[in-house]
Amino acid sequence: MLETTALTCERGGWRLFSDVAIALQAGGLLRVRGANGSGKTTLLRTLAGLTRPAAGEVRWRGKALDSESRREILFLGHAAALKDELTVLENLEFSARLSGVGDLRFKDALERLGIARLADLPARYLSQGQRKRAALARLALSSGVPLWLLDEPFAALDDEAIAQLSALCASHLAAGGMLVLTSHQDVPIAAPDARAIELRG
Amino acid sequence: MMQAFAFIVRRELRLALRRKGDVLNVLVFFVVVASLFPLGVGPEPNQLRAMAAGVAWIAALLAALLSLPRLFAADYADGTLEQMLVSPQPLAVIVLAKTAAHWLLTGLPLALAAPLIGLQYDLPANALCVLLASLLIGTPVLSLLGAAGAALTLGVRGGGALLGLLVLPLFVPVLVFGAGAVTAALTGINPAAHLSLLGAFLAVSSLVGPWAACAALRVALD
Amino acid sequence: MTSDLFRFAAPQAFFPIAGKLIPWFSILAGLLAIAGLYVAFFVAPTDATQGESYRIIFIHVPAAWMSMFIYVVMAGWAGLGLALNTRLSGMMSSALAPTGAMFTFLALWTGALWGKPTWGTYWVWDARLTSELVLLFLYLGFIALKQAIPDPVRADRAGAILALVGVVNVPIIYFSVQWWNTLHQGASVSLTRAPAMAATMLLGMLLMALAAWMYSIATALARVRTIILERERDAEWVRLQRAAA
Repeated sequence: MLETTALTCERGGWRLFSDVAIALQAGGLLRVRGANGSGKTTLLRTLAGLTRPAAGEVRWRGKALDSESRREILFLGHAAALKDELTVLENLEFSARLSGVGDLRFKDALERLGIARLADLPARYLSQGQRKRAALARLALSSGVPLWLLDEPFAALDDEAIAQLSALCASHLAAGGMLVLTSHQDVPIAAPDARAIELRG
Repeated sequence: MMQAFAFIVRRELRLALRRKGDVLNVLVFFVVVASLFPLGVGPEPNQLRAMAAGVAWIAALLAALLSLPRLFAADYADGTLEQMLVSPQPLAVIVLAKTAAHWLLTGLPLALAAPLIGLQYDLPANALCVLLASLLIGTPVLSLLGAAGAALTLGVRGGGALLGLLVLPLFVPVLVFGAGAVTAALTGINPAAHLSLLGAFLAVSSLVGPWAACAALRVALD
Repeated sequence: MTSDLFRFAAPQAFFPIAGKLIPWFSILAGLLAIAGLYVAFFVAPTDATQGESYRIIFIHVPAAWMSMFIYVVMAGWAGLGLALNTRLSGMMSSALAPTGAMFTFLALWTGALWGKPTWGTYWVWDARLTSELVLLFLYLGFIALKQAIPDPVRADRAGAILALVGVVNVPIIYFSVQWWNTLHQGASVSLTRAPAMAATMLLGMLLMALAAWMYSIATALARVRTIILERERDAEWVRLQRAAA
């Protein structure tokens, strides 16, 4: 359902990668590997439609990316997109509404990432790991979104959180969703259809 | 779409309330700038009354300019802007919502502070009403075109001054029609023509501004 | 046919074409300027009220025309670049901007020089001069924005958006300045009320305007060649060029 053909990206005049071909079907997991600066984030952002490729194209359900496809693609970048002045719950509510998910069980979502007790705390008081968990809580509400694009989701997480995130991802894949993620380490997600792509400079 | 507009405006207002300083800073700046002019040109009442329209409007322009860089900067820094661009909500709605919130937090308070200027410059009641009307119609233009400028200079060096250079020439019609309306009222001419032209420019800006802001945001986050 | 045209949209293909065209436009500009200046100084009659000093309009008015015309063309190239995603369009709009700004400045300067003997002051806030001043700010803003953004692709696209916003607003700005001027000027101090146009005066201005147009094309082509070399410096053909030079 997700396809790219001859995808080529440049950044600041440098060619990051060229002729990348991806084909992802329901239940598929794609891990993007590569050294620092090899273009992993850029590839993910191109799949999300944020970055224009220098050549090639991204197709979702056989069509080019448009406003319809944005409803079916979830992208979580490096930045947590949390506002310090808002509480964890308020932040989650905003990002859920922004991404148009119908599921409004915010407290349950926070519970699945183990931060339910922090719901009414302003985000400025969270530790790095807690901020990451708060950003990831959105995934618990996004089972209806077929494609998840996650940039370094496991970074800054402790073992407990890693287990929780893996569980979320595994159930998403089992339900027919797709996942593309970048990661330096091996990905601890149980997935029947798991592939990897390596970007070389 | 209306729901998206509403919850984004609500969030902006909620954030501003929790930060508190921003809105007051803009208002105080407005009043301070307007107070400086008499110190610069002398306290002669007739001269000041003639200048009042221009001074009030220029102070409003500068105060709006001060608050514009913040429109997208915070969201850009913490990743919210990125989420707005990948969200299924139309970007135009999001931009309009942020612009509307900006006006509610900047333009509207400036317009409501007009009586203070009226007091300082001894404006008669009818001219003061026209000043209020012109600010209410004209300050949304500052937010709409200013949003485009803020989006174009997002993350760019020399942001604030560059933003001023980009949008102040575009504000010339607002200044001419807005201040012109008040001057007309002072000299006994009907300001309706000025205010209608201001309204027409508002209509044009509400198309041009958001289009440019959306395009510029996509360029900035490419 | 369109695919042939698009072939020339590649900077590499356009570079030699531009090089061949520059001498032609330069010669045309020179010839037209000589003709125009001849008409301006020797053919056009002395003005009844202003004497000889009015002759500066033969530079002032064409400069003002060109400043506006170039802005529109610049915005056109910019829009083309946004719509078709071609690199050359952005380079052309960058190449035109300094020439446009120069003509705007020239219009302002000659306006000041005209004002002194005619009205006794170097600057008058008449509609045309004030509009030219705002236009100068628009040019400077465009150039400043492009300079401030390090990535050339992003700079081109941001500049294009700004130029398009500008081109829509310029008529509105001109109208508002006109409105402002008629409101405030009781006694009309106006450089726009030029002496009644004798046919020869019009001819002189047209010749000078055409000369300025040819000059602008030549300069823009020369400038775009420099921009192409700079932007494409990592490309193979540029390295070969430099090696051959």
